[in-house]
Amino acid sequence: MLAELGHFALILALLVACVQATLPLWGAWREIAAWQALARPAAFAQFGLVALSFAALTACFVNNDFSVSYVAQHSNSLLPTVYRVAAVWGGHEGSLLLWVLMLALWTAAVAAFSFSLPQAMVARVVGVLGWVSVGFLLFILALSNPFERLLPAAADGRDLNPLLQDPGLIIHPPMLYMGYVGFSVAFAFAIAALMAGRLDAAWARWSRPWTVVAWLFMTFGIGLGSWWAYYELGWGGWWFWDPVENASLMPWLVGTALIHSLMASDKRGNFKAWTVLLSISAFSLSLLGTFLVRSGVLTSVHAFATDPKRGVFILMFLAVVVGFSLTLYAWRMPKVRMGQAVSLLSRETLLLANSVLLVVACAAVLLGTIYPLVIDALNLGKLSVGPQYFNAVFVPLMVPLLVIMVPGTVVRWRESQWSELLLRLRWVALAALGVGLAAPALAGEWSIGAAFGFFLAAWVVLGSVQHMVLRWRQPGQIGAAYWGMQCAHIGLAVVVAGITGVKSYEVERDVRMGVGDVVTIEPYAFRLQGMSEVKGPNYRAVRADVEVLKNGQPIDRLYPEKRRYFSTAMPMTEAAIDTGFMRDLYVSLGDPIDGPTPQWSMRVYYKPFVPWIWAGVLLMVLGGGLAAVDRRYRAASPRTETMPTGVAPQGGA
Amino acid sequence: MKKFLIPLVLFFGLVIFLALGLQRDPQAIPSPLVDKPAPAFSLPTLDPAAGAFSPAEMQGRVWLLNVWATWCVACRQEHPLLVDFAQRHQVPIVGMSYKEIQPQDVQAQGMDANAKLQFARERSQVWLSRYGNPYVLSVIDLDGRVGIQYGVYGVPETYVIDKQGVIRYKAVGEVTPAILASKVLPLIQKLNAS
Repeated sequence: MLAELGHFALILALLVACVQATLPLWGAWREIAAWQALARPAAFAQFGLVALSFAALTACFVNNDFSVSYVAQHSNSLLPTVYRVAAVWGGHEGSLLLWVLMLALWTAAVAAFSFSLPQAMVARVVGVLGWVSVGFLLFILALSNPFERLLPAAADGRDLNPLLQDPGLIIHPPMLYMGYVGFSVAFAFAIAALMAGRLDAAWARWSRPWTVVAWLFMTFGIGLGSWWAYYELGWGGWWFWDPVENASLMPWLVGTALIHSLMASDKRGNFKAWTVLLSISAFSLSLLGTFLVRSGVLTSVHAFATDPKRGVFILMFLAVVVGFSLTLYAWRMPKVRMGQAVSLLSRETLLLANSVLLVVACAAVLLGTIYPLVIDALNLGKLSVGPQYFNAVFVPLMVPLLVIMVPGTVVRWRESQWSELLLRLRWVALAALGVGLAAPALAGEWSIGAAFGFFLAAWVVLGSVQHMVLRWRQPGQIGAAYWGMQCAHIGLAVVVAGITGVKSYEVERDVRMGVGDVVTIEPYAFRLQGMSEVKGPNYRAVRADVEVLKNGQPIDRLYPEKRRYFSTAMPMTEAAIDTGFMRDLYVSLGDPIDGPTPQWSMRVYYKPFVPWIWAGVLLMVLGGGLAAVDRRYRAASPRTETMPTGVAPQGGA
Repeated sequence: MKKFLIPLVLFFGLVIFLALGLQRDPQAIPSPLVDKPAPAFSLPTLDPAAGAFSPAEMQGRVWLLNVWATWCVACRQEHPLLVDFAQRHQVPIVGMSYKEIQPQDVQAQGMDANAKLQFARERSQVWLSRYGNPYVLSVIDLDGRVGIQYGVYGVPETYVIDKQGVIRYKAVGEVTPAILASKVLPLIQKLNAS
């Protein structure tokens, strides 16, 4: 009964989406206020219906209703309740429902927090979002219905993939989807502005907080995914350049470029064409990511069950949405008045350089991700593109990006002087150089790569600190967005330091150990104290008891496990990690090795600086949060909008 | 106007490749066992009166090995297709009941090996009489050891084995009408002709 209710709510949501996608847009075009006014109630109604549908599916999971095929395939009566809820998005159908729920949530948020916007604009934005929703709801109802019955019901479910039975994975997909789908708002604003033929500063101003919020969710989601891969997969790696990871990285890179480009469009009216293109691209890449993940054209550790019809549908949807947007872009853009010319050294130029670098990096990732597909399509064989390619192209693009980050926050709009810039930053540069030269020596062996990485991180951190100190001394209020920017920049620097440290100094030992054996990674020693059997709710595990000693003193006990879930034949490793400020100690238990005395293969890793990667990600998320709550976005009263953009209060962000 | 058309053109180039890519099967990575002799085994069957079965008995015939279990939802979905296939074609399908008793089966807790075998037989027979029996016989791989030799990593799986006892094709997951029509049947015809 609940399943039918959820199904029915979803059908109603599609009908509402059809209304939402047509009448308000028509009303905006024909200037019929009553039809424009339909946008808000339609957005709220759709959110209510999709939420109801989602709640119904969740209830089916919690109640162990194995007469619903999707539940039977992704849950099990032994599965703990919290994972039963998370299992709602553990498979294809449910993740799409989550996608639509997020879209409805964003649409409702736009409808709720947009009272300062002209009604016609709201009607257009909500209408465009309605079209996206129509596409996805049609997809779910026609090809991926999570409410399909399985009659007679299964006695028990197949269980959630054990890899997904993990706290990190409960919130990783919702966060990531919030980000993916959030870019639809910036997209809708751009399309609405193109439709209206008005690409003014107000459009950029309205888009900014939405884009930042989507970006921060995406950052958090990607960070969580990376953290999960790190401790759950048992290899100690935190980024694999897997196609599905790339699918989320690409919109993130373009989204980051968009945030910066929107700033130039908002403050100076520059780069409008570029900003619009980025808005369209960020969301298109989100859709492309959905296509790559959901259609199964690429295999990866995320390999999901595939159905060719689904791939065709998403591809057609992608072609229609992006094709329409880019056609509209090609048609409307030539009429838009471009911004004023700027000198070579100006904040505009550096912001443009920033977004070009990010877009090129995204293009490189895209190329590497779909290259196997292109080669296969041309009948040139099957191949895969490995991390070597990605590291080789990605890192050189990030270096100039980090270098220009500091001058980018320092130089003036329009025009700036080289001498002034050099004078201001010379001590920062020298100090960063000092850190770069000294830090590797303190951390371990000196190497040029480590020195360069630490130099870049120090350059950004010191540049930000100097900027903050100077800004603090000046009179006038400082907006939250300013602190947000500095926080996010420092966060990125911390990530860079973390990556540099772990890449340069990690020690990995693959060993076989019996009870009583010791592995040493100076100054740490790991002693296998014993093995035991433990029983979880839906698995049995072998657990190793490893004592960690530092200079002979015990500091921690680690309990890595090898779990065997009842539902699958595949054993799962559960690594144990001792996290400190400067390093992780990582132990993962492998397979037993036959021999006269029982032994196990073990991986013992010393991972310096790894916690910095997650700490940096959290700083970036915090920075995004600060930027999004800045007062000026909420106080976008008509008075400030009619002000010439040059006079707008300069927060520095 | 022209420069604003560039993104559109690039995008459609991408779409063409994605569309071509969709025609491909990325999963079609050959299993290491394909074109290798099917691992030998000797396992009891569902029929307690019959003796153990080993693949050598099928020497000289092209046959299918279908891995299944009563707890497997996807098996139930593919089952009607197998029943239909067995009625239409003269190709023997041998079932392999894979890990029929799962650790969470409360009824089977504390049973000895013989009782477990009996329990698995009963439950499988009930299932087959309800949904139809496409199998000439079905062996019981209770502990999954034979499954490991065959590289089973998801139930159901289906193998095509030729007259010389060599695995010629392996389908992981549900067999679909498309796989049957485009892969399995042509292959069987070819193998039977040789």
